[in-house]
Formats: sequence, structure tokens, C-alpha cells
Amino acid sequence: MAATRTVTLWCPDWPLTAVGIPADAPAAVLVDGAVLACSASARREGVRRGIRRREAQRRCPPLRLLDRDPAQEMRAFEPVLAALASVCPEVEVVRPGLCLFAARGPARYFGGDAALAQVTAAAAGTALPDTVRVGIADGRFAAGLAAREAAIVPRGGSAAFLAPQPVSTLERPALAVLLARLGLVTLGDVAALPARQVATRFGAEGERAHQLARGLDEQRIAVRIPPPELAVQEELDPPLDQIEPLAFVAKRLADELSALLASRGLGCDRLGVQLETEHGETQHRLWRHDGTLTASAVAQRVRWQLTGWLGGSSAVRPSAGITLIRLVPGEVYRDVGEQLSLFHPGLGDDTGDGDERAATALNRLQGLLGFDAVHLPVPAGGRRPAEQARLVPWGEPRPARHRSTPPWPGRLPAPNPTLLHPGGLPAQVVDATGTSVLVDDRGAISAAPVQLSIGGGKPTRIVDWAGPWPVDERWWYDPAEHRSFARFQVVTTDGTARLLTVQQGQWRVEGTYD
Amino acid sequence: MPAPAADRFPDAREQASPHAGLLPVPEPLDELFPYGGLPRGSVVTVDSVTLALALIASPDAAGAWSGALGIPDLGLAAAQEAGIALSRFVLVPHPGEQWATAAAVLIDGLDVLLTTFPRGTGPAQARRLSARARERHTTVIALRGWPGSVDLRIQLLRGQWMGLDHGYGRLTGRRCQLVSSGRGAAARERRVTAWLPPGP
Repeated sequence: MAATRTVTLWCPDWPLTAVGIPADAPAAVLVDGAVLACSASARREGVRRGIRRREAQRRCPPLRLLDRDPAQEMRAFEPVLAALASVCPEVEVVRPGLCLFAARGPARYFGGDAALAQVTAAAAGTALPDTVRVGIADGRFAAGLAAREAAIVPRGGSAAFLAPQPVSTLERPALAVLLARLGLVTLGDVAALPARQVATRFGAEGERAHQLARGLDEQRIAVRIPPPELAVQEELDPPLDQIEPLAFVAKRLADELSALLASRGLGCDRLGVQLETEHGETQHRLWRHDGTLTASAVAQRVRWQLTGWLGGSSAVRPSAGITLIRLVPGEVYRDVGEQLSLFHPGLGDDTGDGDERAATALNRLQGLLGFDAVHLPVPAGGRRPAEQARLVPWGEPRPARHRSTPPWPGRLPAPNPTLLHPGGLPAQVVDATGTSVLVDDRGAISAAPVQLSIGGGKPTRIVDWAGPWPVDERWWYDPAEHRSFARFQVVTTDGTARLLTVQQGQWRVEGTYD
Repeated sequence: MPAPAADRFPDAREQASPHAGLLPVPEPLDELFPYGGLPRGSVVTVDSVTLALALIASPDAAGAWSGALGIPDLGLAAAQEAGIALSRFVLVPHPGEQWATAAAVLIDGLDVLLTTFPRGTGPAQARRLSARARERHTTVIALRGWPGSVDLRIQLLRGQWMGLDHGYGRLTGRRCQLVSSGRGAAARERRVTAWLPPGP
């Protein structure tokens, strides 16, 4: 099967561009402690995608670190998609910042690939000047790489275009490392191998990589347009105009669709999402995914689309609430799936009887309180007790756990406080003469602490104490984030132990050992 | 003297329990419970977060789902140290006005629910939730009081923190005297001296 000639539109460093960071400011977006995207100037300093936070800061000390804002990414991308509708009605979105469409029809209409690339860039440029790149090639994979270089690969030239590219472009890090060790550093090296031997040696993943390297897209067994009954939809009465409850409905539809496809042994990598409002406004988007769309991936894409439409500027926002959500699988194929281990079913810890019961209740609770009200914590790195876990909303994919916890010198040894007071409760600590206890720059204490009063309350006598333990951190960020303080542990007459901090003479209760 | 029934028939302990089973409790805290475990479907009040986390840790290790409702200050580092894996530990820190509804839904879904009763909610609410917990076999651990009748009340009589020495050392553990009392089989007071967090 010949690869479809594809146009790809790519916005470089989209997670940064979308939040308005210019390319010449050193900045990076982090996900799970690793760099997801960085600006051009950070890249010049050696910051790369996938490196850890510390490594990024070492390479580029003034680096500004940002959290990812997927909602803003989609909101900012929405005008681009709207502008592209004049070029091609069937634009498939891979993720915010990257979309593609088949070149055949539009190229004929606009008079050739070069003209099409120009028109596409111009259309997208009206919404988003100077940040888009357009590439055209045979096959989605080659077109994606062509977009990085803003290149038009001639018909039939994808294999030659891909040959000098490094194997890391396959986006399969484990396989790329293995291939590089075997001396296969470019896609050309991989493509030159005999297909059958690749499949024997590297399994299904290697087979896919081999197809991509040869300029063929991943070939599915019996791709076909699904019969209409595979679509799922929900009519909403009364109409909804808030993202949270809509996302909740979308999650349920996604589960339903996924169960429907799974019951027929089908997988789907292209999904149409149709939204309709009370005033008859409609929005239809196609989403493309590399690999099978899982229920949570489907829900996330519907959420992106809702954010882009409902949360967008007044020019794109609909005038009424949403009355219909419809999910239509675009192309389905027989899903060969993944072989899961017999003894460790699933990848997470979520298996067993109680899980379904808990999942039902938590989904219901999210419907009541909102998506962001129900969390599962994930262990995280950090020196402060409050930094040692992160809250992830229920239903979001949980980041993979690191096999070993990296050392955090300066972490409090166990036990940690069972109650933490965000920001700290203001307190006063005085010595035997009634003057406030101070810690000087060298970490020496002015006198032994004798009394503690919290928030102007009744003073209690300190029975025993330990400290000061100086903490000096984040001076490697800009001065505003620099924190230099000392910690104490104290036990008062009522038998309560507390963790205190003192910063420039101001005492605070950071936590209580309850 | 003949051995007590519970010892002659190992199952008798469980059969004698009015509830549908027991959740495991680590030694020596198990002596606080009349049947040697945390009864499913019961309401237990505790006045120490460390104790509450210690009670959740064993069921968590056995695969139970647990959660904390309306406790935004909960130290998750301490929860991890107590042995809670966090992957089945649900947090709903700010239920706001919807506390009672959220508690009811969580009782439906979890095995152990840790919560504090907010101000402005009365005994009627507490009664309804206790009944729901009994029906769903979910154990409710209430921090600092429950405005209705409870199955077991565990109090921290005295706690002595170890490890500090006037500027030196660090907190290592707390030697605690705990006393439990309650209804039915738990009417007799039980006293235990234990380390909290469970340690040496």
C-alpha cells in the first residue's frame, strides 16, 4: 500500500509558544521532572527534550521553568485550525501544535505541492505569524519530519529523504538505543535490513520501525471505514456550557466507545468528534493518534476540543450550551493489541474487585465536585515535606514511577509531619528573657527557645528542641525564588511536636506531628 | 481452665464479629480492637493522624482502597512513611458544602474512609453516614470526634516524643499510651502502649 501524500503543519516548541514565550527567552516546559519542550535560546545552551530538570538547569542556569498548560495550548491552536478550514476541510489534529491532512485534493486545487505549502503557511500565518512550518511528503511519518525542515519531499522520495535521519526520530527511545548500539544510526541503515529478519529480531515494534524507515506508514491489517453503528453519542438536556461536566460526559462516551471497539476486536487511530450547540452551531474535528486510541486518550482529545472551542476567544466561542457530543471512529483495523503479562495484569496497580467499585464512585464524585476535586497522589521529589507528593486528578494518566528515588540531600529524615500548613502558620518563639529567638547568617542561634505561641495564641512552654538546620535552596533560580531559612523541631508541654521554620526573624509552623 | 472459645475455634473470632469481616491491623495496635482487626462497616474515632495513617497502611498493603476527605493539610510524605502506597489512596481535599454527599459517595467506593466532621453538620447526618458505612462494609475513621454513636473510640492518653536533646538530635518516634472503648464487645476498655509512628 503506497503511503498517502500528506501535508503536516507544525508549530515548533508549541507548549511555549502557546503561552506566549518568545523564542529568544530561555524557557522550558516540564512534565514529570523532564523537559517536554524548550525555547530556541534554551536549545542553544544545550537544553534538550527529555533531559531531567537538574540537568537542564545545569546546562542553562537562567532557564525559566514552566508547568504545562494543555488547555491554553489547545485554545491558542484553535484559530489555526479555523484558518486551515479554508485550505482543507478534513484536517486531522495529532495534538495541539501539530496537524495534518491529505495532500491529494488540495494540491490539485491549488496547483501543485509548492503552491499548497505556501497557501497553508499563509492561512495558518494569518492566525499565528512566523511560527508555523509546513512539510509535504509521502506518508505521515515522513511529512512530520519534513515539517521540521519546512521541506517538500518529491513524490516517491520519502525513503531517500528519511535515510539520513537519526533513529531517534522514531520516537521509540528504547529501540533507538538498541539500534544505535548495533551500529544502525540512521533510518537508512534500518531500512536496508531485510524485513523478515527485523521482525524476528525486534518483534512487532521493530517491524513498525522498519516500515516507517522505508517511508511507508504503519500498515494496519484491513483498515476500513467503520459502519455507522460504531459511533457513540450523548444528547444533553439541559445544554451544558461548562467544560468540567462536559468532560465528564466525554469520559463516559470514551469508555463506551472503547468497550464497543474492544468487543469487536477493533482498534482505531483516527477519531471524529462532533459537537453541537443549542443554536445549531457545530464543530467537527478529526484527531489522529500514533497507535491505538485508548479510552483516556479519547477523553483527553474531546477535552482539548472543548477547551479550544468553549474557552477560546469570543470570535470562535459558540453562543449557547452544548447539546450533543458524538464520537465517530474514523478508521478501524483489527487490533492485534499488546501481550500483557499473565501474572502482572495491566500496567498500573489498578486491578481487582475493589477497583471497579472505587472507579465508579470516583467518577461519580468527579461529576459532583468537578474534575479537579478528586485526586490520587503520586510520589515526587523535593526537599520540603509538601513537595514529596504531587496530586494528579483521578482519570489522568499517572506518570510512570522512577525505579529508584534519587537522593534529596537536605530532606527531613522520617518521620515527617502528618499535618502540613501550606505557607506556614505565623508563630513567635522567645527565649528565657522574652526576646524573640534569632538565627544569624552562620546558622548560630541567639538563645535557647523557651516559649512558642502560634498565631498570637496562648504561649506554651517548649520542653525540648533540636535545630537549627539551615536550608539554602533555589538560589540557582532567579533571586525571587531564593529560600534561605532554618528548621527546628520542638516539643511543647502538651506533648505535641512541631516543625518550625525561621526566615529573617519570622517564625512559622510548617507542620505538626499529630 | 478451658481455653476461651475464640482460641479453640480460630474462626470463632470472625464469626462472633457483628460485621462482615476484619481489616488487618499491625501489632501491637490490634489489641485495641475487640476482634483483633478493624471491623468493616464500623465507625472509629481517633485523635491522632499518625494513628489513622497506621490503621490505613495495612489494608492498603492488602489491596484495599482508602481515601481522605476534607483534610487538605494531610502530610503525604508521612502517609508514604506509614506504608501507604498512594496508588489507591484517594484525596478529596476541598469538598466544600458537599461534604456529606462526597462522604456518602466515597463510602460507596472505598474500603476505608478517613475524614473529619465539618462544623455545621449534625447528628442526623452522622447517623445516615454510619448506616451507609455499615451497609457498604466501609470503615470510617473520623479524626477528632463524630457527632453520633461510634463503634470504637481510640484516645491518645499520653505521648512522649523521643530523640530531641536541647538543640541536638531529631524526632525519632513517640511512645504512646492508647485506650479504646466502644459498644458491644468493645465496651471493656483496652489499653496499649505503642510506638507511633510504628517503629522500633
